[in-house]
Amino acid sequence: MAIVAQESRLSRVLWPILAWTIAIIFFFPIFWLVFTSFKTDADAVKPEHLIFFTPTLENYINMTENYDYWRFAINSVITSVFATLFALIVGVPCAYAMAFNPTRATKDILMWMLSTKMLPAAAVLYPMTFLTKNFLGIYDTHFLVIVVLCLINLPIVIWMLFTYFKEIPKEIIEAGKMDGVSTWGEIKDILIPLAWGGVASTALLCFIFCWNEAYWTVRLTTTEAATLSKLIEGNRAPEGLFFGRLSAVSAAAVGPIVVLGWFCQKQLVQGLTFGAVK
Amino acid sequence: MASVTIEQVIKRYGDTQVMHGVDLDIQDGEFVVFVGPSGCGKSTLLRMIAGLEDISDGTIEIGGTVVNEVAPAKRGVAMVFQTYALYPHMTVYNNMAFGLKQAKMDKAEIDKRVRAAGEILHITDYLERTPKALSGGQRQRVAIGRAIVREPEVFLFDEPLSNLDAALRVQTRLEIARLHKRLGTTMIYVTHDQVEAMTLADKIVVLRDGRVEQVGAPVDLYERPKNTFVAQFIGSPKMNFFAPSALAATAPADLRGGSEDALLVGIRPEHLRVCEPSEAIVTARLDLIENLGEHVLAHMVATDGTEFIAKMETLPEGADTSAMQFTAAPERVHRFDKASGLRQ
Ligand SMILES: Nc1ncnc2c1ncn2[C@@H]1O[C@H](COP(=O)(O)OP(=O)(O)O)[C@@H](O)[C@H]1O
Ligand SMILES: [Mg+2]
Repeated sequence: MAIVAQESRLSRVLWPILAWTIAIIFFFPIFWLVFTSFKTDADAVKPEHLIFFTPTLENYINMTENYDYWRFAINSVITSVFATLFALIVGVPCAYAMAFNPTRATKDILMWMLSTKMLPAAAVLYPMTFLTKNFLGIYDTHFLVIVVLCLINLPIVIWMLFTYFKEIPKEIIEAGKMDGVSTWGEIKDILIPLAWGGVASTALLCFIFCWNEAYWTVRLTTTEAATLSKLIEGNRAPEGLFFGRLSAVSAAAVGPIVVLGWFCQKQLVQGLTFGAVK
Repeated sequence: MASVTIEQVIKRYGDTQVMHGVDLDIQDGEFVVFVGPSGCGKSTLLRMIAGLEDISDGTIEIGGTVVNEVAPAKRGVAMVFQTYALYPHMTVYNNMAFGLKQAKMDKAEIDKRVRAAGEILHITDYLERTPKALSGGQRQRVAIGRAIVREPEVFLFDEPLSNLDAALRVQTRLEIARLHKRLGTTMIYVTHDQVEAMTLADKIVVLRDGRVEQVGAPVDLYERPKNTFVAQFIGSPKMNFFAPSALAATAPADLRGGSEDALLVGIRPEHLRVCEPSEAIVTARLDLIENLGEHVLAHMVATDGTEFIAKMETLPEGADTSAMQFTAAPERVHRFDKASGLRQ
């Protein structure tokens, strides 16, 4: 009895300490990024200004006035929103069919979809660039970025939706059939209202993945459809000269997603644990 | 209202066949109960009538029309699910109105029907609540209400009472019986509980392993079971079986003298009564007695070791429990073929 009480008192102190330590370790890079973004490029590399310096908004002003931050940001918004939207438009009916009308192949199809994520992206880099640039002529277009982001995230979107839909009792959908609902009606009037939380967290996660995607967005765009990832990439100097500027660009790129994540914490946790926490 | 005709219906899941050519006639307005042990195919058969499962082979007719390829909502049937399957995100009112809205029914008519069903089922006070805020019994009523408002030709119930507690189960059973009397609609009801089957049914269909074992009125099944399976399934406690050698020397010659390999004698516990040694069919010692208040169940062991149960009001005063004699009226003694289990 006494031991149990002691243990719980100990863990009451230890757990928060551990949690905070981990949280700070994870948070520190972001903090340092934002911190550095208020230094001039010159100050950013001087050891004597590591902590003490005169804060300046120069980098941010520079970024918006000379580097067209808003154009990149708008491209990020457009591509992420539409890629997420299309992923849901395809993913919801797909996951619905697999969850409520499974066939013997359903498990294999799910595995196959996941296996597409195992192909190294670099392996198809050359064909992708060649095809889109010389053959299809869609290189550096919103259309291309949206299609690529959508396809990259579709497996995870379908997997997540499938897991959520699986938790809805089959009988409720069947009751809908008895009531004469069309297939689309089943999705719209029964499935989505019931799995609303799951659909929302899937959408959110997909949006975040799209926003953060860099490998393809950097390589398949130049100017027209370039996203914030491309802006960061463009400000990277091999000599490490423009740390202040780079930090500001990076902070401005992750900023929106951090804010979004903050407001949707609950949904996100639910989404990432795949409904394990009820 | 409609009759239902099932002809040579077969159901396969992939390579495994679970229904093996079921034939069944259900009259207009009849209350039919499918009964049988778990996994015998009751739900599958019901769901094929509902249109929720494909019919692998054979035909199902409702009201004279073959419905094999007809969508569930167009068959004129309504189903009450074991788990109720209410729409959790809709109010009770909308749960009942949903199907009618799908059919593009006039708003005023929908309102009239929903309120009428609410009256019948005493759920008028909950119409604006969601299912979450209802007790199990209330949810069950809503599920029934959702079926009623559609004014179906045939009601389908899949073990509707199994999620209710014992007291509520008895009460709801009565209400379903009353509902049938009031509406006069054909009802098909699935249960594994033979008491529900006996009390509700006009006609019982006993299923085993995807086959119909016997169809008949409850009394028929009780008094003239076609085989040992039905004999044991209908009635509680189960029917006792005796080999000819287990019977007393004073037992009728045709029973006692029957071939050991061919005959099985069946007597229900409630039909055994204590008697004089001269008229005994079986002699046994008392092993254990269970007192249920209104009656007692005497667990007996016959001279050859066969165990059986006798149901009686009380144990006779001063009976010698080491050797008790039992007999039964001749029409209460059932004879079955030992190998096939069929009634002789
Ligand atoms: N979707 C399915 N796939 C394969 N077998 C099934 C499926 N549904 C039911 N079965 C099988 O069909 C048989 C009858 O099931 P069911 O009708 O649910 O029985 P009951 O309702 O009488 O308990 C069982 O043996 C069950 O295992
Ligand atoms: Mg069942």
